[in-house]
Amino acid sequence: MSDLAIGAGAMAPARAVRAAVAYNEDVVKKFTIAAMFWAVVAFTVGVLLALQLAFPIFNLGLEFTGFGRLRPVHTSAAIFAFGGSALIGTSFYVVQRTCRARLFGGEALANFVFWGYQFFIVMAALSYVMGYSQSMEYAEPEWHLDVFLTIVWVAYGIAFIGTVFLREEPHIYVANWFYMAFIITIAVLHLGNNMALPVSFFEAKSYSVYTGVQSALVQWWYGHNAVGFFLTAGFLGMMYYFIPKQANRPVYSYRLSVVHFWSLIFMYIWAGPHHLHYTSLPDWAQTVGMVFSIILWMPSWGGMINGLMTLSGAWDKLRTDPGLRFSVTAVGFYGMSTFEGPMMSIKEVNGLAHYTDWVVGHVHSGALGWVAFISFGAIYYLVPALWRRSGLYSHRLAEWHFWIATLGIVLYITSMWVAGIMQGLMWRAYDKFGFLQYSFAESVNAMHPYYVIRMLGGVMFLTGGLIMAYNLIMTVRSPATDIRPARAVAAGA
Amino acid sequence: MFIRHETIEKNAVLLMVLTVLTISIGGIVELVPLFTIETTVEKVEGVRPYSPLELAGRDIYVREGCYTCHSQQIRALKDEVERYGHYSLAAESMYDRPFQWGSKRNGPDLARVGGKYSNDWHYAHLTYPQAMVPESLMPRYAFLATRPVDAAKVARHMRTNRALGNPYTEEQLANVAADLEAQADPQADPSDVQRRYPKAVQAAGSGRVVSEMDALVAYLQVLGTMVDFTNPANENLKQ
Repeated sequence: MSDLAIGAGAMAPARAVRAAVAYNEDVVKKFTIAAMFWAVVAFTVGVLLALQLAFPIFNLGLEFTGFGRLRPVHTSAAIFAFGGSALIGTSFYVVQRTCRARLFGGEALANFVFWGYQFFIVMAALSYVMGYSQSMEYAEPEWHLDVFLTIVWVAYGIAFIGTVFLREEPHIYVANWFYMAFIITIAVLHLGNNMALPVSFFEAKSYSVYTGVQSALVQWWYGHNAVGFFLTAGFLGMMYYFIPKQANRPVYSYRLSVVHFWSLIFMYIWAGPHHLHYTSLPDWAQTVGMVFSIILWMPSWGGMINGLMTLSGAWDKLRTDPGLRFSVTAVGFYGMSTFEGPMMSIKEVNGLAHYTDWVVGHVHSGALGWVAFISFGAIYYLVPALWRRSGLYSHRLAEWHFWIATLGIVLYITSMWVAGIMQGLMWRAYDKFGFLQYSFAESVNAMHPYYVIRMLGGVMFLTGGLIMAYNLIMTVRSPATDIRPARAVAAGA
Repeated sequence: MFIRHETIEKNAVLLMVLTVLTISIGGIVELVPLFTIETTVEKVEGVRPYSPLELAGRDIYVREGCYTCHSQQIRALKDEVERYGHYSLAAESMYDRPFQWGSKRNGPDLARVGGKYSNDWHYAHLTYPQAMVPESLMPRYAFLATRPVDAAKVARHMRTNRALGNPYTEEQLANVAADLEAQADPQADPSDVQRRYPKAVQAAGSGRVVSEMDALVAYLQVLGTMVDFTNPANENLKQ
């Protein structure tokens, strides 16, 4: 029953006697479709970039297709388009059900959030390709798009938080704490980092109000918390709803969710300076950043434990529910990444890892293993539930997707570990006369086989994504059924 | 517990207020001192705002996303200092809006690339990188050679920088077009532009029209050269 999934907080009694709420599922459907579309786009551009690093001829000699302009297209498509659409969509689904209230603001606000957000994404991608970029990582859009995104984000916040205020449940469910922290913090970060003075109202170009070292720390305060709040807190919200739903088990520990929520959001904010070790950022800031990054390991694993242990007594469902398999593997990758991250934030380790492909591998174990997999799990659950189908078109295809994508991640991260550590060691290698042993170009040359392997890993992940898209399209095209799956009934729809 | 969590999770306003407080502390503790402690940016001689041509070049560097492959930050590590030169000082990027320290080296660090290669090498390399470095992964930037730099636009960009605090003088703002052309044309007399912008390097332009490639080369040639590390006044660089 849904009571189980609402967590161990005080339970609302006698759900069954209440009237059903007419949820706004239309906007959730739209975001789900968008998430799947942008996933394929993000993976495709990623494969192209991997190809460019393996064989530079694939830069194609055009100004629009060079690595420098396409790289932000890939990161924005993966994080903001795919991840963002999955987050906003699932958050609208979760907040309505856990609050037993229809989405605040009606159709118009929901549609504005959807179309506004999609418009932002398309314009951002076009602007990078056309040569407009602030060149701040994960904050590349120029000022006019930043202003527009702010408006859309405020609308999103109003819709979500407004629904929380309308709730019939006295308790705000744990997933919503995380979604709310995500919405609020991203707003703060976005405004703080993008403070810039446009050259004129009619020009896209702007200059940051921050310079040099301050600009660097503000950027990584933003950048690391884009990871912490967009890619972690938001997706933890997803985890806290969909894993209990898929497993039909209550969240393992209410107390753990309280402790790890507050400690996670408190500590993440401090961790940014670990991107700036041994740079001209003052030492005290580097050390503070490192200390908090290491401590951050604990609340991160608090989330992992809570997610995994929720399956207590329901592990057999992994055999029968491919969506749940994605969700649980995602939590495993989350645990791995959040161990690797604190380790890499230690100054001495960072001295080797920074500027190398190890960081790229680390990001992708989080982005592919955690963010993408937890989203896949949620989407595999959502599509039959939203379109009123008894189940997926094909379990077998979902299983193929799982294994192809998992192997793709393994190829990706192992090749990047080898490449990154080799790179770091080559840069600091000395010969017997005490001279640097390798030129930079030699280290570039040594990367080639690993870049090819990484590209193959990316192709596998993309293939999995295409299989998923096909499976979902066929699910939607299959005849509607009155016999709804037990879990969709449990969702209270 | 002295406060029951139930109180918080039943009150959306309280939950949001506490969330905002919780996420504010770390940022405030780390960011505020960085703007107020005077030693954050060392006092060194020689760092100046970019000349018109260099600023135009920097805008191109930013536009093309060069940071995705090149860092501009030499860390205080032995091998980095031996490979690239003196570790980067905070002061050296004090007029960079935003910073371009980067986070990944698909290509080498560029913080001190100025003066390491000739102008001709840079033009050839930007046009067809693999002709100069066969292992290079860099895309071709030949298209920069045919695109003109607009002096009026550069002047607007300089005024925006000044409004934000980069100390351009009236004299510098009055001579944007002249300085732009003098620095791009190797036949021109560079004495005025080099008086206004010490150490500015003349690009190897055609002398007819100032191209984006001239601008990018002028920018690359000044990177890391502004501070004279042999000057005893700059000796005390430790923070």
